[in-house]
Amino acid sequence: MTHREEEPVTHREVDSATSRGAAGVGAPAVRREGREKVTGTARYAAEYRFPGRAQAWPVPAAVARGRVSGIDVVDALAVPGVLTVLTHENAPRLAEPDDPTLAVLQNPRVPHRGWFVALVVGETLEAARAGAAAVRVTYDTEEHDVVLSPAHPDAYVPEEANGYPAVRERGDPDEAFGSSAVRVDVTYRVPPLHNHPMEPHTSTARWDDDRLTVHTSSQGTGAVRGVLAELFGLPKERVVVTAEHVGGGFGSKGTPRPDVVLAAMAARRTGLAVTVALPRRYLPAVVGHRAPTLHRLRLGAGADGRLASLVHEVTTHTSRIKEFVEAGAVPARVMYAAPHSRSAHRVAALDVPSPSWMRAPGEAPGMYALESAVDELAAALGMDPIELRVRNEPDAEPDSGAPFSSRHLVDCLREGARRFGWDGRDPRPRSRREGPLLLGTGVAAATYPVQVWPSTASARALPDGTFLVRINATDIGTGARTVLAQIGSDALGVPLERVRIEIGSTELPSASLAGGSSGTASWGWPVHEACARLARRLAGHRGPLPERGLDVRADTRGTADAESAWARHAFGAHFAEVAVDTVTGEVRAGRLLGVYAAGRILNSRTARSQFVGGMTMGLGMALTEGSTMDAAFGDFAESDLASYHVPVHADVGDIEAHWIDEEDPHLNPMGSKGIGEIGIVGTAAAIGNAVHHATGVRFRELPLTPDRVLAGLLGHRTTNGAPAGTAVSGSDAVPRP
Amino acid sequence: MGNHQHHSETTLDVNGKPHTLTVDHRRVLLDLLREDLDLTGAKKGCDHGQCGACTVLVDGRRVNSCLLLAVTLDGCEVTTVEGLSGDGEEPHPLQRAFLERDAFQCGYCTPGQICSAAGMLAEAAAGHPSHVTDPAAPTGEPVPLDREEIRERLSGNLCRCGAYPRIAEAVEDVIR
Amino acid sequence: MKEFAYVRAGSVEEATSAYASHTGARYLGGGTNLVDLMKLGVERPTALIDVSRLPLDAVEELPDGALRIGATVRNSDLAAHPLVRDRYPALSQAVLAGASGQLRNAATTGGNLLQRTRCPYFQDLSKPCNKREPGSGCGALDGVHRDHAVLGHSAHCIATHPSDMAVALAALDGRVELYGPEGSRSVPAADFHRLPGDRPEQDTEIRPGELVTGVVLPAVAAGLPSAYRKARDRASYAFALASVAAVLRVADGVVDHVGLAFGALSHRPWRARRAEEALRGAAPTAAAFEHAVGLELSAARPLRDNAYKLPLARNLAVDVLSRLADTVPAGRTP
Repeated sequence: MTHREEEPVTHREVDSATSRGAAGVGAPAVRREGREKVTGTARYAAEYRFPGRAQAWPVPAAVARGRVSGIDVVDALAVPGVLTVLTHENAPRLAEPDDPTLAVLQNPRVPHRGWFVALVVGETLEAARAGAAAVRVTYDTEEHDVVLSPAHPDAYVPEEANGYPAVRERGDPDEAFGSSAVRVDVTYRVPPLHNHPMEPHTSTARWDDDRLTVHTSSQGTGAVRGVLAELFGLPKERVVVTAEHVGGGFGSKGTPRPDVVLAAMAARRTGLAVTVALPRRYLPAVVGHRAPTLHRLRLGAGADGRLASLVHEVTTHTSRIKEFVEAGAVPARVMYAAPHSRSAHRVAALDVPSPSWMRAPGEAPGMYALESAVDELAAALGMDPIELRVRNEPDAEPDSGAPFSSRHLVDCLREGARRFGWDGRDPRPRSRREGPLLLGTGVAAATYPVQVWPSTASARALPDGTFLVRINATDIGTGARTVLAQIGSDALGVPLERVRIEIGSTELPSASLAGGSSGTASWGWPVHEACARLARRLAGHRGPLPERGLDVRADTRGTADAESAWARHAFGAHFAEVAVDTVTGEVRAGRLLGVYAAGRILNSRTARSQFVGGMTMGLGMALTEGSTMDAAFGDFAESDLASYHVPVHADVGDIEAHWIDEEDPHLNPMGSKGIGEIGIVGTAAAIGNAVHHATGVRFRELPLTPDRVLAGLLGHRTTNGAPAGTAVSGSDAVPRP
Repeated sequence: MGNHQHHSETTLDVNGKPHTLTVDHRRVLLDLLREDLDLTGAKKGCDHGQCGACTVLVDGRRVNSCLLLAVTLDGCEVTTVEGLSGDGEEPHPLQRAFLERDAFQCGYCTPGQICSAAGMLAEAAAGHPSHVTDPAAPTGEPVPLDREEIRERLSGNLCRCGAYPRIAEAVEDVIR
Repeated sequence: MKEFAYVRAGSVEEATSAYASHTGARYLGGGTNLVDLMKLGVERPTALIDVSRLPLDAVEELPDGALRIGATVRNSDLAAHPLVRDRYPALSQAVLAGASGQLRNAATTGGNLLQRTRCPYFQDLSKPCNKREPGSGCGALDGVHRDHAVLGHSAHCIATHPSDMAVALAALDGRVELYGPEGSRSVPAADFHRLPGDRPEQDTEIRPGELVTGVVLPAVAAGLPSAYRKARDRASYAFALASVAAVLRVADGVVDHVGLAFGALSHRPWRARRAEEALRGAAPTAAAFEHAVGLELSAARPLRDNAYKLPLARNLAVDVLSRLADTVPAGRTP
């Protein structure tokens, strides 16, 4: 490892650092499918035309809990162009899925509002939609409970939180907290959030005898094929699933969703190709959401800032049919050296839609809370928040004791501080004012685990001098085609343009999903292996290649998933500058800057886009995005894109992403960590901390919308009755503008 | 026209080619393009004018094609992302700039962003102000497009991948 | 959406007679709200009378110095029109503060006035809403209502009117021109929209079959300092949490002409007549503005979760009035 002695390498420098070849690993190769995307010829799941293709429109349940007592489809069937209506009474029977959210139209149970109770298939979109409006459903309703609270009587400690132990404890955190010189004991709330990829969940399915072909918008077609084969009782070989272009997913397309099951059912029933493109308003109920999280943080430190105790407790909700626990307390096991610590989750099963993965599940809300609390501790100590983090830098992963394969959080903080101009910052809250605007800056750390899954790939050398790499990777916008071709080109030692790549179909060698920031590592590994072995075979090959070429296949089972003795995580630092309008309470994040230590960056152009994209979603989480569970009706009040506020162009100021050239030999042949999610981790905390710096008010509930901020500025209570800004130390008193 | 029928014959010029279709009155331009003409560049992101993915140019003006009933557009000229560069093989300068700047990731909002940017450039050239234009700016003159103007004027196009900074850079490349 | 007939009207008379001959007809302008609501099933017309191509697309000066904006003038053209920008800047600013470039290119003056509330209960057929379905109840009253009304609401409806443009028209003493079976008439813009009372299904004073043909801005407000300001959850492309339009002339050190209206606080643009009365003849000081706006907002009855609207509206109004008081009147006289 040499970078500590060197000036960190930035993306701009990487851009020119192409010593490994014109467009090899690290180079800013242009997206391979870019031209198709900018000219409108890239096809997404709804855009496969088959003669006579039908369109289908689902009918969502209109009660929060109960049973369908009757469905009258007479009017719907009378709508011109309606072909059929599927309900639980007549839909094809499915084998019981592992994922209960896919058991659509199998029984009259309504586990939550928005659950699909019928599907209308029409010759056209207009017919299907009109038919859906004409379906009459009656219900036996039952009392429902959809409101999460920290003291919810049904909250329990689950066995696991998204695959992690639900509770971890070391030492005596309560005693250590109680005897600490400086204490922060605070609660934070992150509301439900929605993934809302720009392409709604969509599938086109058709059957040819007993073969099922599906074009779907998914982060991983392998799992879709497995589920469809299971549900319809088919051998996997008779199911082909493709996802050539996918209009974003952010976790919500990580598992099959009802659209693909419904499309396959409707296609089987009608004998036609059928497209199910879920209406935007229906997504919040059926494609997962980031569950709301209620956080309690207790940080106890000595006067020197060293943490004695770190307690992070999270309460969240799940649905009645599926347990998914947003693992918000997990980052507390990674971040700081505290001899005494507890990180724990509790979950209440309510009559709500099933939560699921959303970009950086656990880390995004958890690091908002933890990194906000660290900032509060810094304020209470009168210490620079970067220095506080440096003082609590652990030698090994605090929870496991395992050594870090690489950890350059401090470098990210220092490099970010240098680039951002942190030094010379007046730490006093409310120290900068321009007219009606209060200005402030904030910092927060980021972390995301390294994840990698076994995959297979093939590489073929063809007589014309080109190479074909095949792997069922999925490009959800990351640039997977491009970076995998770069990896192949490097391993083969040939120019990039001679490497062709095929991805996005179950007809290709099987591979893991695009999720958990694992894609490039998981897919690149077998691509590298196959290409490197092919290069070796070619080196020993004499004479012309056979017509069909030379083929090499690689499978990383047993290697990619081998136990590692190392704690492997990416780290980063986020800096934010905000302006808070004292007239309106509107907050604008004019400048965001992130510095990441994420292993080797394999394509500086597409990597930067991913980092910036994550930060943008973090900006939304901080300032604009939030969903409200309607207690009376049991659904999310903000169900469309007019009311659920994804940030727009005007919300996004200058965003810079930089990285440290981190070499880590304990990862994979490329030396890469994941980059798809870390950009959202900690961004909201950096912005919230900047808002505190600007205003002197500590807001502990997201998003920081004008209603909350103005109330905080005026010292009022926020709309939910919680104190908007509670002083944590004497210097932090709530001011009046 | 003026009857109780539910379909009407409608003629549209799409990307320079005339099309006469009998359209269901309920059919919006977006679905006509995608379903009837197989021009799937315009995307359906929300179907309610809340995301901008369906943006096309009608008679040179950018609009949400998901909210325009096709029957109302008889005689109109429609330009989609597929037709933006005319007959030429070469992409439109905006398309090239988006590609070079990596101003997209998943690509689903991209055709709408590009059509919107094209419409926006024409609006600014025609002197249309925006929310962030200085009210004291002279009327009837082209509005210079700085970063703030670009951001405001493109705010009708959501991008969940967060390509906004690069989209603004791409548009600036074309302006310069 | 059920099937419907379609009529493209060539004249105002043709439009109203086509409307009369189709029970359940609706006029169609730019369609940006009507088509949206038809897709949701909230609007279920049997026929659309397309008025978007009527010859009502002019912005023209009237002999008395007033300005008429035709009903089919697109929002973007209205906002860009030199006479509007020069004489009624609040109107141009209000239009530009709403929606998006694409929507403003399609939306019409008449349609903007007649757009419906964005209350989520109104838009969701599976929930009660007295505006959509009289007698079904109000889901928002005890529900999610952070965005809802604080002034003039009733137990039947707490929805707000979403238009930005209409707020400026109200402050500027605009009038709405109508044509219907009983001929032409005009209504003050500030009175065009109704309070919900026990008939929230009735958004406006428009009578069955009547068509908005245009709006007229009076000569008296032309060239006066005016402005519009809006607060919202994101920097663009969002409905107002609160907004204010104001026109103010100061002469001899006192307020000589004032028009003030709030948006997003009520079922209609809220013309602040009490505040105006308190300001007329007063010195244009921040204290006077605070006092006057406070008088106006003292009538407010915030709901469980929207009390923030009062300080927000107050701050916006005081800010806009203070800026206008400092403005040199009409730097660019017509």
